Amino acid sequence: MATQLIKSNKTGWLPTFRFKRVGLWIALIVTTVISLWPMYWLFVTGFTPTFDSIKTPPDLLPVHASLINFQRLFERAPNYGQWMFNSLLTCLSITFFHLIFDTLSGYAFAKKRFPGRNLMFGIILSTLMIPPQVTLVPTYIVTRQLGLIDNLLAVILPGTADVFGIFLMRQYIQTLPTELEEAARIDGCTEIGVFWRIILPLSRPALGALAIFVFVRFWNAFLWPLIVLQKTEHYTLPVGVASLQNIQNEGSPDFGVIFAGACLAALPMIVFFLAFQRYFLEGVRVGALKG
Amino acid sequence: MARATLEKRLTQPLNPVERVGHFIKKYGWGYAFVLPSLFTFTAFTLVPVAWSFIISFQQVRFNTEPKWVGLENYSDAFTTQSGVFVEALKNTLFYAALTVTANIFIGLILAALIQPLGKYSQTFFRAAYYLPAVTSSIIIALVWRWMFNTQWGFLNFLLGLVGGQPVKWLADPDIALASVTLSTILTVPATAIVLFSAAMGSIPRDYYEAAELEGASSLRKWWSITLPLIKSTTLYLVVFYTIASFEVFERVYILVPSGVGNSTQFIVSQIYQNGFQQFRYGVAAAQAFILFLLIATVAVVQFRFLRSDVEY
Repeated sequence: MATQLIKSNKTGWLPTFRFKRVGLWIALIVTTVISLWPMYWLFVTGFTPTFDSIKTPPDLLPVHASLINFQRLFERAPNYGQWMFNSLLTCLSITFFHLIFDTLSGYAFAKKRFPGRNLMFGIILSTLMIPPQVTLVPTYIVTRQLGLIDNLLAVILPGTADVFGIFLMRQYIQTLPTELEEAARIDGCTEIGVFWRIILPLSRPALGALAIFVFVRFWNAFLWPLIVLQKTEHYTLPVGVASLQNIQNEGSPDFGVIFAGACLAALPMIVFFLAFQRYFLEGVRVGALKG
Repeated sequence: MARATLEKRLTQPLNPVERVGHFIKKYGWGYAFVLPSLFTFTAFTLVPVAWSFIISFQQVRFNTEPKWVGLENYSDAFTTQSGVFVEALKNTLFYAALTVTANIFIGLILAALIQPLGKYSQTFFRAAYYLPAVTSSIIIALVWRWMFNTQWGFLNFLLGLVGGQPVKWLADPDIALASVTLSTILTVPATAIVLFSAAMGSIPRDYYEAAELEGASSLRKWWSITLPLIKSTTLYLVVFYTIASFEVFERVYILVPSGVGNSTQFIVSQIYQNGFQQFRYGVAAAQAFILFLLIATVAVVQFRFLRSDVEY
């Protein structure tokens, strides 16, 4: 009797369990499709000639796929390669400066003692709350007076002042054991040697996350480059891609060309993400540590 | 003898030159290491913020001396062009309220859904949700604009399948704001999912096991264990998404470039237009500080409201 009860209970339990499991997977797959649909549509439109894109109903699969849009992209937007180079140049320079500056000051804020340290760090932290739009006007005026309007330096220099990296590196270096530095000092290592041989190598995981964080942030930066860059050949990729919208074909936007440009701009970051996914997600998590 | 001089040396007060040398020796490296960061921070953040505050009380034009105008810029901010900034504030608040709520809920639910999965499927779904977030918001907005297209857009195609009439998503002033908001809501909140699932993963299994022994239902476990323990993550994300939604620009710039009447004006698009299309720096600076004030107020209120009172 008792065993029978348990048995029937068990069989009665199983279907709901299955049902739950199936519901879970349906929910996950539906949301994944919604999440990835714009990405899919981006590539479908990029590889479909404009003529085949503007029709109802649209082809849900890339049945007319061709590379013609990419060829036309380089005809209609001959500076596209230059935009990519500009973006690469600005992002690599900004990332390079951040890796050095942020690790140096993060190390000092984490391990060194000197008067005013906490005050300085407090001021730096408090500016994280200030929206970047606040600095637009004065930075623009200075850029103008320095004659740097329409110059990539106008994008690079202010980019080095992003304080988030300092915070991130300080948090990480605080967790490193101080004994190692002391041992190195006793062995006659100079202060720069301690930084170069002990701190920098030990910070490698955090440096990876920082590099990716900074690079992605400035790769996608839009408002400031839009304001200071004027000639088409000086655009960075996001500004250039946004300007593709003006390309017309018989009175309507040339979707094929626009999306070919958008595909090429999105591709490096997608490949980069899939290759270094762990570091990307690590960066998001470390960034939120403060909470 | 040597010992006596040493003692004498130690007890004697240092002369100023020695004192400076001593100070440098003791603290110099600390200052040297923070110097590069401190320099760029001062030059490109601290000074511009202070200067922007000054400009917000001045009339600044090319080739003329700045003139003090008191609070005129702040009142101008609200009244120019028949008060479009007030509309922008309303639109931004509407957008922020809806997108922040949706992002938190969707993030919470999806993070909870992928929690029981195995390691590999969890990684797969997290990557699938995060992929759009590494793509420039310009590109995502371009795709949305194309999907919103009245004639050939994907959304009107879907509507047609269920027998609906085509909608002028971005051209109709009554709908445009809702369309912009919808496009943000349907972009899965990647950061929320990553952070929520990290927070949920770090809750010790014992808590749930203890609750199961007491016969708690899964809803009860969720309400009494999971939610309280991820509260600080929730707070962070609420503030994070609030700031992001107040600063929305790219999406609007692409989706509705010239605006659909006043119905799609946002705070940052106003700052951009005033500052860099009409070159009214004072008004743009004033509006930027109004944005700052708004963000600071909302963040403080959220902190007060959501701060966890119970320490675990």
